[in-house]
Amino acid sequence: MDFVTQLLLAAITAGTPLLLATLGGILTERAGIIQLGAEGLMLMGAVTTCLVFIRSGNLALALLAAAAVTALLGMVHAFLSVTLRANQTMCGLAMTLFGSGLSAYLGKAVSGNPLPGILPRIPLEFLEPIPVIGAIFGRLDLLTWLSFLLVIALHLLIHRTSWGLHLRAVGDSPATADVMGIRVHLIRYGYVTAGAMLIGLAGADMVLTVAPTWNEGLTAGRGWIAVGLVIFARWNPVRALLCAYFFGALDSLGFRMQLLGSAIPPYFLKMIPYVVTILVLMYLGYRDRGKPSGTPESLGVPYVREHRF
Amino acid sequence: MSRQKAGAETLLKPVISPVSAGKSRAWRLEFDAIRVRSPWWTPVLSVLLALLLCAGFIAVNGMNPWTVYAKMWNGAFGTGYGLTETLVKAIPLLLCGLGIAVAYRISVWNIGAEGQLTAGAIAATAVTIYFPEIPAVWSIPLMLVLGVAAGAFWGLLTAIPRIYFGVNELITSLMLNYVALLALDYFVIGPWKDPEGFNMPGSPMFAASLSLPTLGGTRLHIGLLFALVAVLIYYLMIRFTRWGYELRMIGANPVAARYNGIPITRHILLVMVISGGLAGLAGMVEVSGVSHKLMQGISPGYGYTAIIVAWLAKLNPLGLIVSAVLFGGLIVGGYSVQTIGLPSSVSEMLQGAILFFLIAGDMITRFRVRRRSA
Repeated sequence: MDFVTQLLLAAITAGTPLLLATLGGILTERAGIIQLGAEGLMLMGAVTTCLVFIRSGNLALALLAAAAVTALLGMVHAFLSVTLRANQTMCGLAMTLFGSGLSAYLGKAVSGNPLPGILPRIPLEFLEPIPVIGAIFGRLDLLTWLSFLLVIALHLLIHRTSWGLHLRAVGDSPATADVMGIRVHLIRYGYVTAGAMLIGLAGADMVLTVAPTWNEGLTAGRGWIAVGLVIFARWNPVRALLCAYFFGALDSLGFRMQLLGSAIPPYFLKMIPYVVTILVLMYLGYRDRGKPSGTPESLGVPYVREHRF
Repeated sequence: MSRQKAGAETLLKPVISPVSAGKSRAWRLEFDAIRVRSPWWTPVLSVLLALLLCAGFIAVNGMNPWTVYAKMWNGAFGTGYGLTETLVKAIPLLLCGLGIAVAYRISVWNIGAEGQLTAGAIAATAVTIYFPEIPAVWSIPLMLVLGVAAGAFWGLLTAIPRIYFGVNELITSLMLNYVALLALDYFVIGPWKDPEGFNMPGSPMFAASLSLPTLGGTRLHIGLLFALVAVLIYYLMIRFTRWGYELRMIGANPVAARYNGIPITRHILLVMVISGGLAGLAGMVEVSGVSHKLMQGISPGYGYTAIIVAWLAKLNPLGLIVSAVLFGGLIVGGYSVQTIGLPSSVSEMLQGAILFFLIAGDMITRFRVRRRSA
């Protein structure tokens, strides 16, 4: 494999957790609920995967457990922000702090233990002859393919189905949606839960591919980068794919430059994704000043029927 | 059917009924949209409920929650040593929590206290590395000034994207935490590494003259006074100055504040500088008063815990002192359960749970059970 192919593969590997988490964030925020708990949800997804996988040895069970646990946490988030109408910023922050504390507590038992297996790869050798990208296809794992499918599925869901229309209506103008007979609270619960599950899977993917053992706080802010990517991708799944791989490439670039014997200390290379996140968001803010940013119009506003002030 | 009924009824009332209302029950739940303040006992109840929830997780791990909590209490408040340790931990929590409270008053969600603290610690250490010659009378004030300035600068880096580019300060401040921690790694492993430190990461120990004075031979240092004075100033400023009035006004209603000509962007900038400066001060007193050298893990997540400290105190000055001591105790208690084989992350888990119950409690207490009239 040449350098370009290697970098692409590394970008996809490092970008898949970001992509899954960003998609989860998009689903949640399209329904009008701010999702700032991504970091905590990813950690909970990761630790659940590790615990179940190491105890049972069954990967499918581990992924299911991760999805179930994060779905439960998603429902807690939905209960707080939809039913109780609490401050969604603080809810997300609580989710992150609780998730990192609980995952550190639960994960202590398996900290540093290697996982009994890896994600199965889907071999597609017949694609090998295609130049540059052919070699990549044989090396992608199950969750990566799932993330591809999800991008297409979510794009179609949001932009081409009546369900997507309902979702966007709930996020943009819940009062109108309510008048149309759409059950706003039910839809918000559903998408917050589904979004949390995807973010949990992102954590599972992180621990299964990028870092093969559990370590306290192993997501290292990637949940927050995903929160930024949701804005960067303007709540659009296809754009999310490109953005996530761009950041995946940045993430692995530092590591690669270190291997190539770069003179820059590794700590500065590791800062790149964080600094670029800020710079990109600043650029977007500058470029889109005074223009609609694609933000769901009722993002962060709890919907209360008969609210009239 | 039931929808219309609820709608017609609430037209005349200031209270707002949830979706479940309107069914033919003798009572119903109503959400009080007017009363914003929740009763004083919600923080207390939140702490108790969090203890209860985490007792479940501890029991799942095969331990007796009662023993664990007793151990934590004893470790944090039971002995004289524990109590001083708790107060030592409460100092950075109080300083960072105060900074966060100032910012949260006008809904500037600064979660970057961890990075601002680290920046302050790095800047203070720079004095000891590059100016080892100057007398202590000058170097400690210099460390203070540089520590505060570095924290304030780190806060400014969050404020500028927010004000001029509309970037959400949550993301910026958190990203900057990682940048500051990586910079710390660079300094303690790279150029500032102690040549006599057996290759362990960390700066050389500060000269004794560069340490903050301690109180009565304990580990408790003069940073406690800094923190208490800062809280007092915060109270007086918020209560009695025009600036404090404007902050309270922005917090209560930003739209009305803007129409009244209050310069909101200038306030955001100033508040982030103060917030960062206080966290930077916390970083300075940590290196100079406690660890006496720059090393990895100088903060066991003070910047994040301080968010809960501020929220538990409802941004109230006296409450800040109480909750800082409580969370200092929680951190020390977390260390003390390690002797019975539990990870210290018990305390982190508890902290997160407290915040959850606090948020839920603030809203749940606004629901009222009402008898149905008519």
